Amino acid sequence: MNYEQLLIQTALADERIVVMTAENRALVRNAPAALKGRFIDTGITEQTMIGMAAGLALRGRIPVVHALAPFLTMRAYEFIRTDVGIAHLPVKLSGYIPGFLSDGNGPTHQAIEDVAIMRGIPGMEVYAPADEADLVGMLPAIWSSPAPAYMRINHKAGSYAHMPYVPGKAEIVSKGRDIALLVYGFLFENALRAKGLLEAEGLSVGLINMRSLKPVDEAAIVEAARGSERLVTIEDHFQTGGLYSIVAEVLLKHRMMANVTPLSLGERWFKPGLLGQVLETEGFTPEKLVEKIMIYA
Amino acid sequence: MAVRVREHIIRMAEGGGCFIGASLSCVELLVYGYARVIRRDRVDLHRDYLFLSKGHDVPALYGTFVEMGILAPERLGNHLSTADSIYWHPNRNIPGVEFHSGSLGHLPGVAAGVALDCKLRGGDNRVVVITGDGELNEGSVWETVLVANAYGLDNLTIVVDRNQFQANIRTEDLIPLEPLQDKFKAFGCNVQRINGHDFEALEKAFAAVEAKGKVNVGVNVVIADTVRGKGLPSIEARADRWFCSFTAAEVGQLLEELHGNLKATIQSETLVVR
Repeated sequence: MNYEQLLIQTALADERIVVMTAENRALVRNAPAALKGRFIDTGITEQTMIGMAAGLALRGRIPVVHALAPFLTMRAYEFIRTDVGIAHLPVKLSGYIPGFLSDGNGPTHQAIEDVAIMRGIPGMEVYAPADEADLVGMLPAIWSSPAPAYMRINHKAGSYAHMPYVPGKAEIVSKGRDIALLVYGFLFENALRAKGLLEAEGLSVGLINMRSLKPVDEAAIVEAARGSERLVTIEDHFQTGGLYSIVAEVLLKHRMMANVTPLSLGERWFKPGLLGQVLETEGFTPEKLVEKIMIYA
Repeated sequence: MAVRVREHIIRMAEGGGCFIGASLSCVELLVYGYARVIRRDRVDLHRDYLFLSKGHDVPALYGTFVEMGILAPERLGNHLSTADSIYWHPNRNIPGVEFHSGSLGHLPGVAAGVALDCKLRGGDNRVVVITGDGELNEGSVWETVLVANAYGLDNLTIVVDRNQFQANIRTEDLIPLEPLQDKFKAFGCNVQRINGHDFEALEKAFAAVEAKGKVNVGVNVVIADTVRGKGLPSIEARADRWFCSFTAAEVGQLLEELHGNLKATIQSETLVVR
């Protein structure tokens, strides 16, 4: 089952669900025919769409809202914070092509601060599935929660057979004495392959698919810091406010020290191009990840 | 020149693809703008400005730059390579680009800022911003028109590429814009509506802008009626031909079609992404 099939099935079974988009139908091509009046396309009007979503939620609806991740999270940010956040309404935000998935679009379309800004809204939950199977496994719990939520939509197929999603919990793929890789979203696949390469070098490697960035699985981070010589955070996000920051916050809260290596985009937008070349240029292929990690091994 | 610009656009749709339909609709607007409106011999604070707010039609901009000698033609071959900066939206790493765009509804405001400063300094600069028609959904465009008219920015001209489509939908089937002239008029603009593929009509419209500027205040709006995919009958005015990635063979056929030699057979699926 893919994202759209799950969405339509869920909406057909639950009258409260309405599907909205600011004229981006990539994920919901078949929703207009299936859902009729409960499919609402507001045109290229991100702010108005969020305001309307809040209004619909006030009437008991659960709007599942679509736009490209940068325009959804940033164009409409104050509307999300004020209309959805302050009222704590169950509006479910689906951000399309987050992070590297915007490939050749350029900085205007790069959502690489979305985790930072969305988790800054009180009560807003933030999720980043590893692949489409992980996404579909996580969504039922997220859509049925009363909280507002932002999802980094990842529609890419993955190779890993995931464990069932437990709300607010990370997926611990392995534990390792030498290194623990902490990753979310689309880069999980490359981290998984990097783990194999590092193990071939004789290292004991842990891998954690974070899944839920807010609420975050504090126990998973604390345990990894206790059990591994070094934590490596991997993210297609600016360094500020993303997973590296989250790990730092959790460690400080638990009064722990750890060696933490951030593999992020630092403080710059990435070079646009076709996805494979972007990963190569920015150093996020499995081989490039290993190169950067082996410096510390 | 417009034909050669269209050839560049078609070639840029190979491999990773581009927003071909919206690029083909605004070719005459860009060619005319750079050939006749923008006085390229003016420099520094005396410059004229052309802002492309509907950034996804950047192949038309780069094609125009190549034909004007602003951009080296071989760089178009770097489309979507991380080694260059030729990607799906404009950016200032490319000579000639005034400002980056891609997120809609931004450059009317930026252009209004430039136009305001030109006024403050007493200059006779021309400031043109090209928007899409779907882009008019964004409230920021209308905010800009309100503010620009409040400040009497009669040196600002908004050209709307009215190709009747936004992404894979007809504008009038989604968020209807018509009667569009009346909307801009009600906001206090000087509005003209022309055939956006007709150079004579463009010449008349901009002559009227110049003449009017001496006697009237208010933002100029030129609604340019265009055809999305103009020049390629197999793409023209089709909702599903928005972002296209073609094979080399398809590009070859489309180039022939542009010159009226045959009708292309297109198999490649179109993508939905903004």
